[in-house]
Amino acid sequence: MTRYVMVADLRRCVGCQTCTAACRHINGTPPGVQWRRVLDMEIGVYPNVHRAFVPVGCQHCSDPPCLDVCPSTATRKRDDGIVTIDYDICIGCSYCAVACPYDARYKVSRAEFAYGGEGMANEQAVFDPRRINVATKCTFCVDRIDAGTAKGLTPGVDPEATPACVNSCIAQALHFGDIDDPESNVSKLVRDNEHFRMHEELGTNPGFYYLWDAAGEEEK
Amino acid sequence: MRGITPYRQNYWDWRAAGNFMYGGTGSGLIISSLLALAYDEPTLLHIVIGLVFMATGLGLVWLEIGRPFRALNVFLHPQRSWMTREGFVATVAFGVGAAAIWFGHPLLIAGTAALALLFLYCQARILRASKGIPAWREPTLAPLIVATGLTEGVAASLALVSAAFTMTMVALVVLLTLRAWSWRRYRLASETAVPTAAARVLAAFSVPFLLLGHALPLALLIADMALGNRYPALTYFAAVLAFGSGWAFKFMVVRYAAQTQGFAIIHRPARGPRGSGGGGVKPGWGS
Repeated sequence: MTRYVMVADLRRCVGCQTCTAACRHINGTPPGVQWRRVLDMEIGVYPNVHRAFVPVGCQHCSDPPCLDVCPSTATRKRDDGIVTIDYDICIGCSYCAVACPYDARYKVSRAEFAYGGEGMANEQAVFDPRRINVATKCTFCVDRIDAGTAKGLTPGVDPEATPACVNSCIAQALHFGDIDDPESNVSKLVRDNEHFRMHEELGTNPGFYYLWDAAGEEEK
Repeated sequence: MRGITPYRQNYWDWRAAGNFMYGGTGSGLIISSLLALAYDEPTLLHIVIGLVFMATGLGLVWLEIGRPFRALNVFLHPQRSWMTREGFVATVAFGVGAAAIWFGHPLLIAGTAALALLFLYCQARILRASKGIPAWREPTLAPLIVATGLTEGVAASLALVSAAFTMTMVALVVLLTLRAWSWRRYRLASETAVPTAAARVLAAFSVPFLLLGHALPLALLIADMALGNRYPALTYFAAVLAFGSGWAFKFMVVRYAAQTQGFAIIHRPARGPRGSGGGGVKPGWGS
């Protein structure tokens, strides 16, 4: 089996938001819609304050609550773990949006572009009217993955088959790959480092791993 | 604006709240027709008004969805979605209810009431399945939603019955007590299960809800019963309070206590070659 996951190395992320920009560029998401976001979190109280940059978005959960609630079956999970939305049958009820504990879903009611008007060339190139009034979210750049794997490329290794946010990361904080393959880049990263997944207690089994320290270095 | 801390969701607005308000009262009213049926009283108005309320609630939801002309797609996922199940149950309830109105057979009336109860249960489970909103997914909310719908329905039915009046009053006393107990359970469970902002909303609502929505109507009902039903105005006022507080509760839960989960990390990252990790943070939640 294959399960594609994202790994974010919190030690490396500098919060530059290049992943956010890359995602917006390639997917042409309207203003206010960020399928890939980077949170700037403060931990502790003065004078002992730390800062962490935390990439978030759809976690492509193994047990996605959005899939359970979707009344139209527009939300589906592929065999490779990627959670998708069929824009042609989604009714835009937003039930998935209130079911998602990762605040990953968006719905816009009209076409909007970064600088107004008809939009920039890249926005026009990827503009999809089917995305109006329905739920949208990060797709793990599923089109790139499918096109890449069809050419025999390996997602997470070959940039042509890898999500745009991962390709663009200046600090190599974001990684993508098949967690079911013990020899994959993501499997090795998860094995060799201390990690956690967000809101795991909610039973969603998210496909987004956060590395925070080298293995065996907990609470030095 | 989306940030790190939980914020009040805006996906479901007053129209969604209206579905729970109208749907709860409508189904409760249909269920309360069983009391009238037991006293051989007409149940026509219970069922007609109840179905109109349920339809109004569903109509409000239809106004809220982004692609209203695809509304029939709501029926595609009965295996897992409580919204689909709600739609199916409502459809069957409208059919059986229409037959009950036309033929007036007790079995059809009882069948409509059973379907109305199922509809109410579906509504409760819709909220329970909303994992992104802690105040909704809290398990003790579901019985409270059912108790509230029944209370509103029985309160509304007081205007429609005569022979069953006293028994309906007793039922309202029981349901108000049950609703107060369910609210208390929900409040206690929510203290640590919802973000701080949602807990504040629930806390602010609690005292007025218990006093005006429970203590006062209970006192009025008991006073009227003790006085031999000589002052039905007391009972009607109690019913209005029971009904109105139920609607206020549902509007509050759907619109104001609906804070999102927010984000959290359970460890802060190690920084630099000699840096070390540490504890995490969960902004917007109590310690």
